[in-house]
Amino acid sequence: MGGHSDIVLIDENGLRLDGRKADELRPIKIEAGVLKRADGSAYVEWGNNIVLAAVYGPREAHPRHVQDSNKAIVQAKYNMAAFSVGERKRPGPDRRSVEISKIISEALEAVTMTELFPRATIDVYMEVLQANAGTRCAAITAASVAMADAGIPMRGLVTGCAAGKAGDKVILDLGQEEDNFGQADVPLAIVPRTGEVVLLQMDGHLTQEEFEEAFRLATEAALNVVYPLQVEALKRRYAASTEEIENGITNGLANPVPHEESAEEIVDEVTHAEEGVALEDMDASGEEAGQ
Amino acid sequence: MSESNSREIVVPGDLLSDSPDLRAGTGTFRENGRIYAAQIGIKNIRGNYVNVVPLAGKYLPKAGDMVIGVIIEIGPSNWLLDINCPYPAPLHVNDVPWRVDFGDTARYLNIGNSVLVKVLKVDETKRIQLTLKEQGLRKLTSGRIIEIPHSKVPRVIGKSGSMISLLKNYTNTRIFVGQNGRIWIDGEPDDIRLAVEAINMIDREAHVLGLTDRVKEFLESKKKIES
Amino acid sequence: MSNDVLSDIKRMHILTLLESGKRIDGRGFEERRKIELMPNFVPRAEGSARLRLGNTDVLAGIKMDIGTPFPDTPDTGVMTTNAELIPMASPFFESGPPRPEAIELSRVVDRGIRESQTVDMAKLCITPGEEVWVMFIDIHTLDYDGNLFDAASLAALAALKNTTVPAEKFEKGEDYPLPVEHLPISSTFVKIGDKILLDPNYEEEQVANARLTITFDENGDLRAMQKGIGGGFTKEEIFYMMDVARRTSRELMQELF
Repeated sequence: MGGHSDIVLIDENGLRLDGRKADELRPIKIEAGVLKRADGSAYVEWGNNIVLAAVYGPREAHPRHVQDSNKAIVQAKYNMAAFSVGERKRPGPDRRSVEISKIISEALEAVTMTELFPRATIDVYMEVLQANAGTRCAAITAASVAMADAGIPMRGLVTGCAAGKAGDKVILDLGQEEDNFGQADVPLAIVPRTGEVVLLQMDGHLTQEEFEEAFRLATEAALNVVYPLQVEALKRRYAASTEEIENGITNGLANPVPHEESAEEIVDEVTHAEEGVALEDMDASGEEAGQ
Repeated sequence: MSESNSREIVVPGDLLSDSPDLRAGTGTFRENGRIYAAQIGIKNIRGNYVNVVPLAGKYLPKAGDMVIGVIIEIGPSNWLLDINCPYPAPLHVNDVPWRVDFGDTARYLNIGNSVLVKVLKVDETKRIQLTLKEQGLRKLTSGRIIEIPHSKVPRVIGKSGSMISLLKNYTNTRIFVGQNGRIWIDGEPDDIRLAVEAINMIDREAHVLGLTDRVKEFLESKKKIES
Repeated sequence: MSNDVLSDIKRMHILTLLESGKRIDGRGFEERRKIELMPNFVPRAEGSARLRLGNTDVLAGIKMDIGTPFPDTPDTGVMTTNAELIPMASPFFESGPPRPEAIELSRVVDRGIRESQTVDMAKLCITPGEEVWVMFIDIHTLDYDGNLFDAASLAALAALKNTTVPAEKFEKGEDYPLPVEHLPISSTFVKIGDKILLDPNYEEEQVANARLTITFDENGDLRAMQKGIGGGFTKEEIFYMMDVARRTSRELMQELF
């Protein structure tokens, strides 16, 4: 933040170095279920950022002393690959990665139904393969998709996005130069369903009005642009198989077999419980329904 | 707000119902009078319950489940098993049909052995208790074990066991389907292979209509080729 | 939590199939899995490549910097290779400092590249005794299903092939492609019972008694070898593997590069 440079970050037409307007996001692409071994995974391209997230869990937590007998712990680890930044980074966690890991763990924990898995851990690994400002927001966005892909019960997805100030203007989604030479950066993450803010940092210099504007820009972008991409990625991953199969079958059958089962019956079969029991009941004064 | 059964996939946080008449079922949670999805899955309304049939997520054992486990650790008076769930499950010498002396556990069940066990109980901290003492439970020493997502198990069993009977009859194999997604098949090698193919087919096409007939067709066509 | 127990029944299944000349995924004993190569996966690195060997998935990235040469080799560039077995790739990889497996992998990949003079390190000299190019090869395992040696070596090679020396950034002239002079291809075998298999997947590795990685260059000359896991090979087995390696690596080289 706040390095000195002769770079003009915002030109006379209000356009930024990469041609974006103040409230424009970089292009984003999200895919779910990209790895085989992990229980859940996701891949995100956000501008020139490339992030891969993988989830293992719930699984028993080790060593024994980190176990919480009442609930699962969420251990998110953010790491930058050596080749992800301009100057090669020595492998291994540095202080910055440790801090980011901590705040992301806390953000994800806020929506995870950890009470369902005492003594367990949910391990979330985020690898930044190419970094270009805004990696922590891309990472948490990927992490949340990976957790959903793993079937971890959650109260909602978590979506990250950042805004800040550069060239004396409040702008959305800082790029690399804007991050290096700008005046403020506000990375955050929300739960789109409720609007709850689960990750928030600010660094630089902003008036209160400027912060409110940045906050508005970031949360709206998270809700209106990034969140739908997360949902779409998840639906695409599972829809593809069911649709292909259905199409393949109706196309391949010369004489369609009579349907002895209805869709309802199939789904009924797949549901174990005779009487459904909710995973969590927030209405019953904080007590949870049994399982 | 559609209360019907679409084949629509829902993700965590999706609103399923705001009707006061419906109750929150599996894979859901309730907040402020509304029911939301907690896992990625398919929305399903049955009776007055809204459920989400999860498309992902680990097997969570319940008392009474019969499962296939693998011994991963041995203690002087118990064994630890991998039953394909978040927690390794202990089997105590008191819960096996043999009289095992202290420290002699390896003689009966060793690391790598597969067993058919039953879940006796699961407590509030999710500690699992297994037993090998009931009828039909035993060490598995032959055949093959394959794994499918545990959510597909009811499909392999079928309504009133229709699918699994079909498989057993056509392939002439012994089959046991564990609730944890592990399936044991025993018989002649070629028959086992056929059963495995049929089960893989069920796994791939679990959400499709008319599956039992298709599996029957598949098995019949394979039998014709052989005879 | 850091070791995987293979069930006896599974083990027997693999062995029985092998007795009848079959592998669990239907491959021939001398057949490699399908390779999917995505060069330049990380465009902003000096070079990179993501490679899938069956379900094993690795990403190699090349970074270059300017530094001082080693005192005993004042006119050659510097190269270091590091392979990370990150926990993302397997439930049995743990976070923390590199385990012996990761170090062995790094060193074997490094040896294959260095000993075959894939890159002529003398050409990476800028001013003898003062400035040379320093090249970092970093390999990230993303998904583990056996045979990291071959996957990592091939990914590193593919990454080197699309590396651009960033001379402009350091004001040393124009950017130019890294001169890659040789193509060392590694072939890894395992021995299960008395059967020798090329390109083991994860389960085959679990059952294996011994492992051998052999690296040939495009001229059919040997560049590196590494034996792993307990157990041993007979002389005949070693020469058999060398023969298969030489043959299949030539095909692979033509297919990929």
